[in-house]
Amino acid sequence: MLKVEETQSVEFSTELVNKFAEIVSRYPEGKEKSALLPILHEVQAVNGWLSSVAMDKVAAYLNIAPIEVYEVASFYSMYFLRPQGKFVLEVCRTGPCCLVGAEKIIDYIGEKLGVKEGEVTADGLFSYRGVECLAACGFAPVLQIGPEYTFYENLTTNSVDQLISDLKDKASKS
Amino acid sequence: MGRKLLLEHINVPGINTLEVYRKTGGYRAVEKAIKTMSTDEVVEEVKKSGLRGRGGAGFPTGMKWSFLAKPEGVARYLVCNADESEPGTFKDRYLMTNIPHALIEGMIVSSYALGANTSYIYVRGEMMPQIRILEKAIAEAKAAGFLGKNILGSGYDLELYVQPGGGAYICGEETALLESLEGKRGNPRIKPPFPAIAGLYGCPTVVNNVESIAAVVPIINDGGEEYAKIGIGRSTGTKLISASGNINKPGVYEIELGVSVEDFIYSEEYCGGIANGKRLKAVVAGGSSVPILPANLILNLVNGDKRLMSYESLSEGGFTTGTMLGSGGFVVLDEDQCIVRNTWNFSRFYHHESCGQCSPCREGTGWMEKVLHRLENGHGKMSDMDLLVDVSKKIEGNTICPLGDAAAWPVASAIRHFRDEFEWHVRNPTLAVKENFGLAHYADPLPELVS
Ligand SMILES: Cc1cc2nc3c(=O)[nH]c(=O)nc-3n(C[C@H](O)[C@H](O)[C@H](O)COP(=O)(O)O)c2cc1C
Ligand code: SF4
Ligand code: FES
Repeated sequence: MLKVEETQSVEFSTELVNKFAEIVSRYPEGKEKSALLPILHEVQAVNGWLSSVAMDKVAAYLNIAPIEVYEVASFYSMYFLRPQGKFVLEVCRTGPCCLVGAEKIIDYIGEKLGVKEGEVTADGLFSYRGVECLAACGFAPVLQIGPEYTFYENLTTNSVDQLISDLKDKASKS
Repeated sequence: MGRKLLLEHINVPGINTLEVYRKTGGYRAVEKAIKTMSTDEVVEEVKKSGLRGRGGAGFPTGMKWSFLAKPEGVARYLVCNADESEPGTFKDRYLMTNIPHALIEGMIVSSYALGANTSYIYVRGEMMPQIRILEKAIAEAKAAGFLGKNILGSGYDLELYVQPGGGAYICGEETALLESLEGKRGNPRIKPPFPAIAGLYGCPTVVNNVESIAAVVPIINDGGEEYAKIGIGRSTGTKLISASGNINKPGVYEIELGVSVEDFIYSEEYCGGIANGKRLKAVVAGGSSVPILPANLILNLVNGDKRLMSYESLSEGGFTTGTMLGSGGFVVLDEDQCIVRNTWNFSRFYHHESCGQCSPCREGTGWMEKVLHRLENGHGKMSDMDLLVDVSKKIEGNTICPLGDAAAWPVASAIRHFRDEFEWHVRNPTLAVKENFGLAHYADPLPELVS
């Protein structure tokens, strides 16, 4: 079921390794494995997703078996095991949001981007998916965009148009 | 206006900073507890307050603290549960975003009471902005001498860290949370042993919800007895309610426990009534896991009295005619909502979030999702309703953790109270895909229904 892409070459910068060390220092001696989830977030924030090469390097850093990293990365919904669009629009699809039109927003995003859920647009900029309750049900419909997980609340088709055009601008400037 | 203990200063500009938070009386509880009270005295105040866990189960916080094992030479931990993933619940995010120091202050006082020298706040990973806010607040508190070594010259040391989750509802369950904090998959542990005996890293551990920990601050400032005067019966104090769905004013409200459900839904102080001039159909009162009730049963008890927002009143009638306060995720459905679709959506959620360890939960949630999906899409059978009830009964009580029950209750209650709407879907398959059953008799006066 888990198909791990092998293509990415991964170098951890000094800055990143320093960050790892700071994370590890939060736990008692011998409990360094606790750093695994936060470290995977740091790696994904830099690389956009988690390749098996990256996960093996994390395993080596924490001195644990690679399988211990794979089983964690595949259990949690936030870790991407294959490449994504530069911006992943994650829209809440759970009950309370659906009461005020989340399903229509998800369909609209799909039509607008011209791709199916989970696919990447031809320009590599966007992918989208439905996610479960984001603890923002009072501001529904909502979506988030990593790696900082910025929230966009009370979505309408107009605000989605605006957001996508802003993100395109941002990408063309960077 | 009801009394506010947690959100009183929410609108003060800059309240997210230590400086402004202190000007409004912040960190008095830390000074009072650490300088003038023994650890047992702090626990005693929390016991007297009658505070019940705000994460969903409602277990008395002071009692939970007093169960913590204290073997010589073994570290003890306080872990704050900020996983907030129960559909309909968004109060913890609101609190952490706006008044992060209320949680940090509560963590310091609570850690002191429990004798913990290292504490963690486990925040769901999607709340990256809140993680940054908390980290900043912790740095401020540390710089002011409220954290770190020898706090306020007392000799008490405390380090506080924020731990991000990876995106998994099940990590809100306390033992799954501890597994996750140890860097593993979020598979709930078999209890006993309870975390109070063997929790994080096998050491005695207390896990408490964000709101429970924040409530310790006013309890220490004003005394447990003062806190217990607010509320009704064994539902003491104030509670944050996350209100969403088809209401005029969705948002987070701090209520004194005991206001009537009717006031909560219709008064301008809270939800401001049903949006777009529609009528009320149903409410899920305590997060997606609790039984759904039709309008008449959420507003009134079977004896005709008004139902109140309290642990006891919401559960009055058991699962036959009652529900639960749960996490306080109050989801309102208007007359245009389809109960079958809403139930299917919730059951898809539980299927998606099942950790897969127990067959009744892993398989049963999948079956329920499938059957509900075919009912909603016009392929259901009359026997499906009994089948769903049967599956829900086979899950309930037969699993390692309460996620199984949480998945079973919404389905069982929807069929109990809205069976005619399910039957209508079977009888009118093409119509049901396009249209809604509407309000039917769900808002009619109670006695006729009950007899
Ligand atoms: C499936 C499941 C999900 C849960 N999610 C949460 C949650 O997101 N936040 C929370 O505080 N408690 C959650 N709980 C309850 C916790 O297991 C635990 O009872 C609670 O954190 C204890 O804190 P309290 O006593 O302060 O309420 C969940 C329980 C289950 C079974
Ligand atoms: S009840 Fe479900 S979520 Fe809980 S341990 Fe069993 S399979 Fe996992
Ligand atoms: S249901 Fe969408 S944020 Fe909670």
